[in-house]
Amino acid sequence: MNFDPTYRSQKFRSVGTRPRRPDGIDKVTGRARYGADFNMPGQLVGRILRSPHAHARIVRIDTARAEAVKGVKAIVTASDLPDLTNGNQSLFNILDNCMARSKVLYDGHAVAAVAAIDANAAKQALKLIEVEYEVLPHVVDVDAAMLPDAPLIDKTLFTGGVEPTPETPSNVALRSEFGHGDIESGFAQADIVVERSYRTEQTHQGYIEPHACVASCNSDGTAELWVCTQGHFVFRQTCADLLGLDVSKLRVTSSEIGGGFGGKTHVWVEPVALALSRKAGRPVKLVMSREEVFRASGPTSATSIDVKIGARKDGTITAAAANLRYTNGPYADIWAELGAMTSFACYDLENVKTVGFEVLVNRPKVAAYRAPSAPMAAFAVESTIDELAQELGMDPVEFRIQNAASEGTKSSYGPVYGPIGIGPTLEAAQSHPHVKAPLGPNQGRGMACGFWFNFGGQTCTDLNVNVDGTVTLAVGTVDVGGSRASLSLIAAEELGIAYEDVKAVVADTATLGYNDMTDGSRGTFSSSMATISAARNAIGVMRHRAALQWDIPVEDVTWEDGNAKASGEKYGNLSPLSIKEIAAASGNTGGPIAGHSEMVADGAGVSFATHICDVEVDPETGSTRIVRYTVIQDAGKAVHPAYVEGQYQGGAAQGIGWALNEEYIYGEDGRLQNPGFLDYRIPVCSDLPMIDTQILEIPNPNHPYGVRGVGETSIVPPLAAIANAISNAVGIRMTHIPMSPPRILAALNRERNQ
Amino acid sequence: MRYERPKTTAEVTNLLAGAVGRAFVLAGGTDLLVRMKSDDFEVDLVVDIKAIPSMSEISETADGFEIGAAVPCAVLGENKALVAAWPGVVEAANLIGSTQIQGRCTIAGNLCNASPAADSVPAMVAAGAHARIASPDGAKIVAVEEIPVGPGETSLKKGEFIEAILIPKRSPRSGDAYLRFIPRTEMDIAVVGAGVRLTLDEQGGIESARVALGAVGPKVVLSEEAARAIVGSKLEEAALDALAEACSAASTPIDDKRGTVEFRKHVVGVLARRAAKLAYKRAGEN
Repeated sequence: MNFDPTYRSQKFRSVGTRPRRPDGIDKVTGRARYGADFNMPGQLVGRILRSPHAHARIVRIDTARAEAVKGVKAIVTASDLPDLTNGNQSLFNILDNCMARSKVLYDGHAVAAVAAIDANAAKQALKLIEVEYEVLPHVVDVDAAMLPDAPLIDKTLFTGGVEPTPETPSNVALRSEFGHGDIESGFAQADIVVERSYRTEQTHQGYIEPHACVASCNSDGTAELWVCTQGHFVFRQTCADLLGLDVSKLRVTSSEIGGGFGGKTHVWVEPVALALSRKAGRPVKLVMSREEVFRASGPTSATSIDVKIGARKDGTITAAAANLRYTNGPYADIWAELGAMTSFACYDLENVKTVGFEVLVNRPKVAAYRAPSAPMAAFAVESTIDELAQELGMDPVEFRIQNAASEGTKSSYGPVYGPIGIGPTLEAAQSHPHVKAPLGPNQGRGMACGFWFNFGGQTCTDLNVNVDGTVTLAVGTVDVGGSRASLSLIAAEELGIAYEDVKAVVADTATLGYNDMTDGSRGTFSSSMATISAARNAIGVMRHRAALQWDIPVEDVTWEDGNAKASGEKYGNLSPLSIKEIAAASGNTGGPIAGHSEMVADGAGVSFATHICDVEVDPETGSTRIVRYTVIQDAGKAVHPAYVEGQYQGGAAQGIGWALNEEYIYGEDGRLQNPGFLDYRIPVCSDLPMIDTQILEIPNPNHPYGVRGVGETSIVPPLAAIANAISNAVGIRMTHIPMSPPRILAALNRERNQ
Repeated sequence: MRYERPKTTAEVTNLLAGAVGRAFVLAGGTDLLVRMKSDDFEVDLVVDIKAIPSMSEISETADGFEIGAAVPCAVLGENKALVAAWPGVVEAANLIGSTQIQGRCTIAGNLCNASPAADSVPAMVAAGAHARIASPDGAKIVAVEEIPVGPGETSLKKGEFIEAILIPKRSPRSGDAYLRFIPRTEMDIAVVGAGVRLTLDEQGGIESARVALGAVGPKVVLSEEAARAIVGSKLEEAALDALAEACSAASTPIDDKRGTVEFRKHVVGVLARRAAKLAYKRAGEN
């Protein structure tokens, strides 16, 4: 287990090529099995009854009439999910979110669930469950929730992170602060200070596959769960905790995943499906409808952010500050804290201070969404930076280069950076043909930068060398963005065999050690590290087997290009033993050949990107079209460049949707008005130009091949890049996301009427 | 739920007239089938009209075009004569949903669904289209704008259904156009729509016009003021301004998830101007 993760420059054979994806044919022919594609004999249909109220006390639930419906096998309420959380607040919040206990806290909050022999019986039963509510005042707006007279979501909540703790409860769960230096003296040194307030609306990850699972609790106390998830080991732990199961007795198998983007890092319906199955004594399939997905799973925060940045006339930023207020839904989390940490991460600042406020509102529990919390902070900061550059009369790229963080910079959130990519992405932007291309009428250009931490985490991998010399790689990180292809390339590289001779699978929780979920852009980073380690361990075994076959000391056996070689002149007449030959003989040399690896993958290098965007605004309708878009991002090392480009493009596409049209719209009654893809407008194909990408490779010193996570950063700059482009096109500074046609037209009309 | 697939119009009207509970006509099904998946939608009888041959036919008569109630919108786009005569109507029909949806959806269904945002309806109204309604008492012909009476509600009585849409013969020096505003480029629903049909005199002045507006009121708006604003003009800037103003004035939109009152009242004028220019150009080419 003496694995050295240090980066070493090397010439690659497999890494950096673009072979076909191993899951491609199954996906395009419809054979890939997603969450709803698993089936069990005797399986029941599960459905969930959800609150129509944004905030209400549950006075009474009567399930008697529903239970009498023919075909209904079980109905569960909170009483069937007793509180086993033992004072663990975050676990209790998960339980309460899965099934409301005393109060419903948002439109769509689950209050009961049914398992029946078919969809019609389940639907009929849902209508017959009687829930008596005492409707309470609600609040959905982040700033309104912070007012002293706002309806309280939780009367026992006193703001944390302030000294002394307040004496009255509020909806502000936590205050967090980051920074260094003295911003007051910094602003005093500034020649120009720009200060603005911004708002962003709540968006959903918009994954095409709704949450789906099949749960089967057996009479012997064991249980199985087939589920669409980003982290089946984490789901196993959470479900076992909530249902009082031994971890070993719950086996969780992850399906193919039709998008997650952070939204499938949290359990929503899975504990309920297990509770239904436990009560009914039969397997239960539970699939959320699109409406349920919008009302009750995974949105990001709505935010309200103030930014103030000062600079000298020479373009040096002297101080930067931000106050960030993020909705959390009804349960406290650290979303504003992440925003506060990421706000100024791109810059080298002497004086910087950011303060985050976690705000509870009557909206669904916020979930991670691709670089969670960073896009909103970047929108506010990068818009202000753009305006400041304008005021200074400086080129926005040049202004950023002058203030960019570099190796050795103390970041605004604390750590000192190693080698990083913000400067190089900006320099690449400066020399990119995009920035010199001519613009047409009503067109404008904007750019913005983005940052994400990236994560490593607990990882466990098995690499098995089969008797024919092919390799099976079992990983525990769910493949959300092409990691099976990338990990196969990595295994092929390390072993010196062909990509086609490696088959990577995502193992279930009973067959591999614990793995953290695929989040924080960790899938390929961490599992590739574990794969390299496992491959090196397998090579160790194969060297040993070759030594046995040759009857020479193992120290004299080296591994090159997929072959064991006897080193030294004295073995000159021994021809190399290939992996195939060693594998074929394995039955007689000690049995199966495998390499195993377990580790905490540390040192995920931080990630930076610069985006350039051209828009065209119709001044008569406020409609914005993205004309051209370029993503420049540091990948450390692009293992499968086509997938890396796909990540860059996908993040940009989601950011474009967020910037222009996507938003949760609540009525006065606190009910979500647009829980569907017709009125929650993610971009369609024809809304987007081909998104150009440029991959930079600044090796991560903490990974053998220099790999950094690439999945998330690309969603961080688009909001600001587009806002800056719109400002450049029509001369108005949009401070409210999404910049939908009605908002832009209203701003243009205000400008015209002034 | 009962499903029937009769072979004659008389059977359809008898089934509908005798229905107990909620009865629906199934043509393309692109609205009905979606609604049937909702927990809150109940249906007792579905009468599929696609087994009646005439429902799936487009015929050109001395008076114009007769489009069967089950003719998919995609088929309209493949009918060269119809495209040449009424490009605005065909373009509107081919804005609905997606390519897949257009393979099923119908303009009669679009009309009966009675959404204020229906794309084909303002185009049909501008074209002066009529609906032929079958009932147990026989057929009658009603102007398209008389069918919807409010969101989701039509003037059709129990036992009645639309068997065909009748579009008049296009008179010389006429042109039509329909434009809508959506925040995306496709797969969306109109926030505002405007259909214009113009006929020119021999000097190129506008002799007559029909202007129909969508998604700016509880039902399609046929604005005579908007038509008057351009009749007699050659779409000079002043006439276009008057048109835009008349359209804004004729609109009574609501604030909702798709747009604001301010936005809709402004953009309806913008679209009417653009649609009028396009129709004018087409009229000049005929």
